[in-house]
Amino acid sequence: MKNKENVLSQHYEINGGDFSNAGNISTQIKETLKELGIRSSLIRRAAIAAYEAEMNVVMYAHQGQFQFSLTPSTIHFTVKDLGIGIEDIELAMQEGYSTATEELREMGFGAGMGLPNIKRNSDQFQISSTPGKGTFLDIFFYLNQREK
Amino acid sequence: MKLREIQKKLNLNVLTAQDHMETEVHSAYTSDLLSDVMAHAQGGTLWITLQTHQNVIAVAKLKELAGVILVNNREPEEETRNKAEEENVPLLTTSENAFHISGKLYRLLGIEK
Ligand SMILES: Nc1ncnc2c1ncn2[C@@H]1O[C@H](COP(=O)(O)OP(=O)(O)OP(=O)(O)O)[C@@H](O)[C@H]1O
Ligand SMILES: [Mg+2]
Repeated sequence: MKNKENVLSQHYEINGGDFSNAGNISTQIKETLKELGIRSSLIRRAAIAAYEAEMNVVMYAHQGQFQFSLTPSTIHFTVKDLGIGIEDIELAMQEGYSTATEELREMGFGAGMGLPNIKRNSDQFQISSTPGKGTFLDIFFYLNQREK
Repeated sequence: MKLREIQKKLNLNVLTAQDHMETEVHSAYTSDLLSDVMAHAQGGTLWITLQTHQNVIAVAKLKELAGVILVNNREPEEETRNKAEEENVPLLTTSENAFHISGKLYRLLGIEK
């Protein structure tokens, strides 16, 4: 890959189980994208992906790092966590599959739609995970592309 | 239709964001699953749910929903109410269940297939 000039880069820490701040990172990123005048259809997609990635760290990991960067051509999120990891990624990617606890389900989580939402709304998405260690997401949105 | 008018016609209680009731409401979405709302609700939508947890407000804010209606006389948790006030998300309650309030809103908004 060619080197691209970052126009903006933000780093956020996420604490597992911290439901009172959950969603704040996604909201901040959304505000930033708005201020920068990114088109609203793209902001909507990026906000959905950011939220779902952020929530999965809160739900399934101890600790995580959310890196947001913007170049002239892409919005890029990397989300890395230390947590239980995912045994079967193909299964986890299926809509409706969830290991959310009863407690989480009562709060409205556990539709098994988070990862599919990220995939559907992004232009490029990669996930890798080591069970017992953690999970890594690499999510891209292209600024100069026809709407999907 | 303005949220204020809907609130009056359907006799909803307003708990928060009294000064954000002039939003134009285009539609409503009834669901208790947060990721489902993330995926499918449009901006300017009223969200009908029984979820009272503060993450409801995070979703409403992120999706720029017009407001949230809690059904069955459900009371929001205190953090939910505080967060809704902070984020200017109108939180409304009704004694009706999700089916009835959805039906009334459907008729009121004149949504036809
Ligand atoms: N960061 C993560 N660490 C460990 N497991 C994860 C992580 N993200 C997802 N998973 C696993 O993949 C499953 C599916 O995730 P997905 O986000 O699609 O749905 P969910 O979180 O269960 O429910 P929803 O996102 O709809 O509230 C989860 O139930 C969990 O087992
Ligand atoms: Mg999820």
